[in-house]
Amino acid sequence: MSTPIIHQTAAEMSADLASGSVTAVELANAHYDRIAAVDGDVHAFLHLDREGALAQAASVDASRKAGEKLHPLAGVPLALKDVLTQKGVPTTCGSKMLEGWRPPYDSTVVANLKKAGVVILGKTNMDEFAMGSSTENSAYGPTHNPWDLSRIPGGSGGGSSAALAAFEAPLAIGTDTGGSIRQPAAVTGTVGVKPTYGAVSRYGLVAFSSSLDQAGPCARTVLDTAMLHEVIAGYDAKDSTSINAPVGKMIEAAKKLDVKGMKIGVVKELSGEGYQAGVLTRFNEALDLLVAAGAEIVEVSTPSFEYALAAYYLIAPSETSSNLARFDSMRYGIRIGDDGSRSAEEVMNMTREVGFGKEVKRRIILGTYALSSGYYDAYYGSAQKVRTLIKRDYEAAFAKVDVLVSPTCPTTAFKIGEKSDDPLAMYLNDVATIPVNLAGIGGMSLPCGLAPEDGLPVGFQIMSPALKDELMYHVGGTLEAALQSKWGKPLYASAPELAVK
Amino acid sequence: MAAISRDEVAHLARLARIEMTDAELDHLASEMDLILESVSRVQGVAGADIPPTSHAIAMQNVMRPDVVVPSLTPEEALSGAPAREEDRFKVPQILGEE
Repeated sequence: MSTPIIHQTAAEMSADLASGSVTAVELANAHYDRIAAVDGDVHAFLHLDREGALAQAASVDASRKAGEKLHPLAGVPLALKDVLTQKGVPTTCGSKMLEGWRPPYDSTVVANLKKAGVVILGKTNMDEFAMGSSTENSAYGPTHNPWDLSRIPGGSGGGSSAALAAFEAPLAIGTDTGGSIRQPAAVTGTVGVKPTYGAVSRYGLVAFSSSLDQAGPCARTVLDTAMLHEVIAGYDAKDSTSINAPVGKMIEAAKKLDVKGMKIGVVKELSGEGYQAGVLTRFNEALDLLVAAGAEIVEVSTPSFEYALAAYYLIAPSETSSNLARFDSMRYGIRIGDDGSRSAEEVMNMTREVGFGKEVKRRIILGTYALSSGYYDAYYGSAQKVRTLIKRDYEAAFAKVDVLVSPTCPTTAFKIGEKSDDPLAMYLNDVATIPVNLAGIGGMSLPCGLAPEDGLPVGFQIMSPALKDELMYHVGGTLEAALQSKWGKPLYASAPELAVK
Repeated sequence: MAAISRDEVAHLARLARIEMTDAELDHLASEMDLILESVSRVQGVAGADIPPTSHAIAMQNVMRPDVVVPSLTPEEALSGAPAREEDRFKVPQILGEE
């Protein structure tokens, strides 16, 4: 029996499209059928743009028939995190605040996807305004992990990671402010990359914490992720923090499959105490495979990482309190209480009370406090200095090694509801991913096995110096190949069958 | 002693333009206390000689040529407006009656 088409990699779908054995319309329909069959249980999607996607697919098919030269990913379907604007398609950011809003413009990420002919199936669920590690903070209900529907799919990009693991799409877009691409990838056995800050344009990415936010590619394999990376990355004059440098050769790097002579640093502070035993077991086994592939493993110490979580939970909320001030009910989004008797300020207060959920309010208040006069130096100022120390720790480490590695998260997927009343316990999920955002460097998570104690996916994190994102693909591609030859199949092929409606 | 009082949280909510019920304020005040205790670890870690970092990839004065490019039409710009009047956003009263 041949592999069902939805189980193929994006690279395989690309080859089938090129050879004419499948059309883009057939591929889109196969995924919509899958979504209809399983998304009632998974809830990865908030909105499906069937009409738009099928029109896009038909246009790719017509171009191919006419003999036009197409991008390799033309006609391959994708799930888009609902924090990026797509013209005319609802964009909620998982918030009541933006319920029903249809943006009048495309984000640059979407414009790049459309240009390549990637077919955008719909918008995926997320923690409200990307704040969370479980997708439980969505105003539209949680997403369920396809490996175990009673568990979280990670967050904030849990919709995108679940869509990949449930074979609802072969490609997805995520955004990562403190781990929102990598942690969902880790707990769903998928691959996710947070590129160097500035490598992918933030234009049309609804801002949470502007100095940390970065969109990136997600898929089931390292090569697929690399292919998507090259589509969305690149300089954009519409984002003043966009880096004006050529995009590296990610696809080439993912195909190298050889790490002889490379030096890989294990971050001492990001393993050990607080990490689940099975996570460490699989992480250490992956290190052995890299050694067998010719890499040299050394331990590296980054003493300031101890303060990264605290610094992050001051910097991100501070930027949040400023960024989310734009949701004032005046120009777009919902408006509550405008009965003619109330002032603009009263309407604003009522709208923000109703429109924002608990976690968003918590962070706005925390940020407002950290930025207020009298506390600014002690909180925000101190956090910014810690950020400098973390950057210097990375610089010192990268002077000695090519890439750094750690488990992506301390544990496998936890139960829905388990941590929702304990913000501090929830924040700890991001302890290993946050330092990357603070330093603006690249980070990848790829699956390195199932934890023996619970049979759930474990993520392996690779961190590369700024603007050297190809190194993640180089090491990640090599590790993935070694793992798959050990297992005899990719990890995602072991995922339990979902009930089909 | 609590790092932050309920009254302070109420003040912050007013500054942030978020109406909050008494129950919400009570809950948030106790949570904020725990969170502040946790994040205050950053204090005193870095010496006075350490400069703050606002952006990891430093850039300054990013300029582009001042060229007119197509932008949103009034219809597009107003497409998400909760209320509009002609080509304008219609908002509740901003000034007092007097």
